[in-house]
Parts: sequence; C-alpha cells; structure tokens
Amino acid sequence: MDLLADVLAWFFDPDNWQGTAGIPNRMVEHVRLSALATLLAAALAVPSGVLLGHSGRGGLLAVSVVNIGRAIPSFAVIALALPFSIRMGLGIGFWPTFLALVLLALPPIFTNSFTAVRSVAAEVVEAARGMGMREREVLLGIELPLGAPLILTGVRVASVQVVATATLGALVGWGGLGRYIIDGFSVQDNVRVFAGALLVAGLAILTDVLFNVTERVLFAAGRRRVRRAPAEAGTSALNVRG
Amino acid sequence: MSEASIRLDQVSKWYAGASAPAVEELSMEMPAGQVTALVGPSGCGKTTILKMINRIIEPTSGRIEVGGRDIQGLDPHALRRGIGYVIQQVGLFPHRTVDENIATVPKLLGWDRRRTERRIEELIEMVGLEPEMGNRYPGELSGGQQQRVGVARALAADPPVLLMDEPFAAVDPIVRVRLQDELRSLQAQLQKTIVFVTHDIDEAIKLGDQVAILDVGGVLRQYGRPEEVLREPANAFVEEFLGKERGLRRLSLIAVRDVSLEDGPTVSADAGPAEAREVMAREGVDWVAIVRNGELRGWVWESELESGRKVGDLSVRPFLVRVSADSTLREALDAIVTSHNQVAVVYDGDRYAGMLTLSRISENLVP
Repeated sequence: MDLLADVLAWFFDPDNWQGTAGIPNRMVEHVRLSALATLLAAALAVPSGVLLGHSGRGGLLAVSVVNIGRAIPSFAVIALALPFSIRMGLGIGFWPTFLALVLLALPPIFTNSFTAVRSVAAEVVEAARGMGMREREVLLGIELPLGAPLILTGVRVASVQVVATATLGALVGWGGLGRYIIDGFSVQDNVRVFAGALLVAGLAILTDVLFNVTERVLFAAGRRRVRRAPAEAGTSALNVRG
Repeated sequence: MSEASIRLDQVSKWYAGASAPAVEELSMEMPAGQVTALVGPSGCGKTTILKMINRIIEPTSGRIEVGGRDIQGLDPHALRRGIGYVIQQVGLFPHRTVDENIATVPKLLGWDRRRTERRIEELIEMVGLEPEMGNRYPGELSGGQQQRVGVARALAADPPVLLMDEPFAAVDPIVRVRLQDELRSLQAQLQKTIVFVTHDIDEAIKLGDQVAILDVGGVLRQYGRPEEVLREPANAFVEEFLGKERGLRRLSLIAVRDVSLEDGPTVSADAGPAEAREVMAREGVDWVAIVRNGELRGWVWESELESGRKVGDLSVRPFLVRVSADSTLREALDAIVTSHNQVAVVYDGDRYAGMLTLSRISENLVP
C-alpha cells in the first residue's frame, strides 16, 4: 500500500525528528502533559477514594457523581474551559487541555481506590480492629497495602485514556502528538495524520505495558503469597484464602 | 487484669431499626480462668454479647466489667489489645507472613524485636506449627493451620481474656476435633478467661466449664456446668436445644476413671471348667475372661471349655477393644456395643483395671 510506504518514509525523514515539530519534542510535550494530569488526578482521587472507602459512608454517592464525569466529552470540557482560560490570562492550549484530562482521569482512579478498600475481606478488617488497631493503622497497614494493586490498575486505566485523549490539546493550540493529526488533517496530509495516530496509539500501549510491568514487579511477592498450599492430609483446603 | 472475670450487668443491645432487642437486660458473670461457652440458635445474640466485651459493638444500656473495670471508661483500642480475639474466618492478614501476623499486637504495644521474636517462637510451638512456617503467607496454609495461627496471634501479648467467635466452625470435622482437643490442653496450662461462642451444643459441652444457653433476643435460659445443664434442663427450651441424645452427651462428660469398675465374668487361670461355668451362670453370659497375676489373658466361649483342663491352659481369644481410664463413658459405651463380649475392657496405662458393662454405665445416668 502506498500509504504505508509513505508513512514509513515519513518516519525515516530526519526532518521529522528535529526541532519543535519533531517527534522527540512532541513526544515530550505529550508525555509531560499526560503525566501531570494523571498525577494530579491521582493526588486528588486516591486519598478521597480510599478515605471514603474506609469510612463506607457516602461512598456510593461519590462514585456516582464522579462517574457523571465519564459522560462529559473531554472535547466539550476543553471548549468550555477555553474562554475562562483566556480571560484569566492563562492562555489557550495547556490549561484547558490539562483540565479536561484531569477530569477524565478522576473517575477510574477514584472508583478503583474506593473499591480497592471496600473489597478488602471484612473479616480481615474486623480482626485488625479486634486486635486494637486504630482506624489509621487499619487504613495504612491493612486496607491500603491490600488494595494497592486495584488502585494501581485504576491509575493505569486512567493514564492510557489520558495519553489517547491528550491528542485533543492540538485543537486549541497545544502541542503534543495530536499536532500531527490536527495539522495533517487541516492540510489534508493523510500520511501525517496516520503517523500521528500510530505514535499516539504506540505511546498508549507503551504506557499500559509499563504499568503492567510495574504492577508485576511491585506485587510479585503478593502473587507468590496466594499460591495454593499443597493440601495437608485430613485438613480442608476450602478455607485457604486467595 | 490477671484475675479477669467478666461481668455483664443489665446489658441490652438494640440495633438501629430493629423491632426487638438483640440482647435484653442480660446479667451474667464469666469466671476468671475458665471457659464460658455461649450457645444458642442463630439470632440468640451470642456473637453480639461477645463483641460487646471488646467493644466492637457498643451496648445500648447496661454495664460490662472486665477484671473489675468498667470497659466504658477504657480506651477501646487499649482494651482490645488486652483481649485476644479469634473469629471464624480467622481474618489473617494475607499480605503479612505468619510471624508478622502473630506479632501484630506486640507491635502495637511497642515490644522490642528480641522479645517479640522469642514470643513468636514460643507460640508457634505452643499451637503445634512448624517453626519454618513462620515465613509463609496465610494463603499457603490449610484451614486448620490458619486457625492455629489465628489462636497464636490472639495469644501473642498473653492477654488474660480470650474471645472466640465460632473459631472452629469453618474447618472440617476431623480438624475441628483436633483443634478442640488442642484448645483444651492449651487452656489447662494457660487458664485464660475464655468466652467461646458456638452454635454446636456438643462443642459447648466439650469445651465449656460453664455453658450459657441463650434464646432468641439474648435471653439466658440456663447457665451452669455442662453436667448440671444436661442432668437437669431448666426448661423446655433447654431440653429441646439439648436434643434427644442428652443421655449420650452426659456420658461424654464422665471419665471412666471416676466410675467404679466391675470384675465381670472373670476367673483365674488356675480355675477348672466347673468354676468357670459357675461364673458364667452368675453373670448370665456364655464366655469367660481369664486373669493371671492381675493380667488379662483373653477369653473363651463356654463351648471351648474342656473337662479336666485348667482354663489357663486353653488357647484364648484376645480382647480387641480396649478403653483407657482417661476416656469418657461415651467412648466406653462405643467399645461395649462394638465388642463380642459386650463389655469394655479398661486399662489404666498398661495395667488391666477392670470391666464396664452397659448396666454400670446406665447406673451413672440414672442414679
């Protein structure tokens, strides 16, 4: 196919690897914006989700409210935020996109943090309290470590969505890999559009893979822990946790 | 709190939105150093009572004292650190090793590492686990092993009081019996004040120094030593709850040692057939046991006697079922009904002690 050959050629063109519009710079812009948005969302959603999950009060309501965020298109957020951003002297581009991405990342991280704490086995929490652990000790010593894999999964899902959606920033003058798609579209350069899409998809997949590897490294011990015990003669294996 | 009895004074618990109390004006004392078994059908409030003692659940009214102190005046966390707590689903921390699980309360109390490690070693042995299991995670243990760790964890800081909420209900029957026996021998050394919740009357009878039989709504129907409750149920509820096998259950509370044994149809090895026949006739059986120098040699059928020969010279059949003096009358009964001779042959250690018959056993039930 011509297009594929042209795309390949585009990638091999040294011009596309230099300067402000070069792949390295656009990649750095894209990654930086995505990372900042995910980090801020995590900083907001993990503590609130975990605390609400721990107290068990009003949590479901909060999850529903946060999930409404999923229904609002990120593009609409950018469009709505743009005039405010300009009026406040924050310029176009970065801030509207950043806001939209933070809002996008909040629901999965919040929901997972909430669920992570709620799903810690009730008897484990009861035993912890029964032995005299204070609420802070129950949360930090028991619920958080046991919920950590699920929380990290929330962050992973959010960051993949953020990486894919950060493309929209190009519509309001921000950089990032979206530029290739938007600019290519406006001059009807399908090769550039296609190359941009490939880069965004590749970055999203890479993000997912990196998180998976991190999860595996961090919780490798946990995986070993739930390995089934060899059944002991005369005892029940039914009660083996995991 | 080394002498920690537990006193409940007019304790009631109403759950929000419930039309009836879970526990109503309950007063009882659980003596120090003994096992009090709370038993009753579901909805009888037994778990609620247990959880009010460590303030997992707060009573609506009334007063609870542990070791003479009103627990409402204590910090609940400090209170709980001084009370061992064992629950049915064990609730081990899956992300912590067996050692770390056991060290939970010592860590909360700020023990130093040496002391904690020494205590862990002691406990692992006490509950019958292998020392190398300390580095395993709960997910790698069987149900029985997990509950052993649960008990060790509850005993870690040597609390005077232990609350156990159906601790053996989730393990299979064979392991359950083993764990019950182990708890009994553990308690013989430790003499903790144990409150043991169960729905199984046999478990309550086996483990309890006192049995409290509760009816729906936390009504105490009878409270006393197991043999008292079995001998004289206070009311129809208790009688029904104890079930139809009350007599058999009482047998499991009486040791063979505490019953006077019989000689049974026994002759000495020097006796001739005539003397043997006389003994058989007297005892109304068609066999005779042969004793030489206080040792039981075995037995022969009447038809195997030979005139002119001493019974000691005959070839004898061995008694296949033996009962130890430490076993219960229930076990002796089992031996009787499964033997040819319909007697239980009792040994005190290696020494032959005598025989038990069905009629002697029933004498102990119907005085």
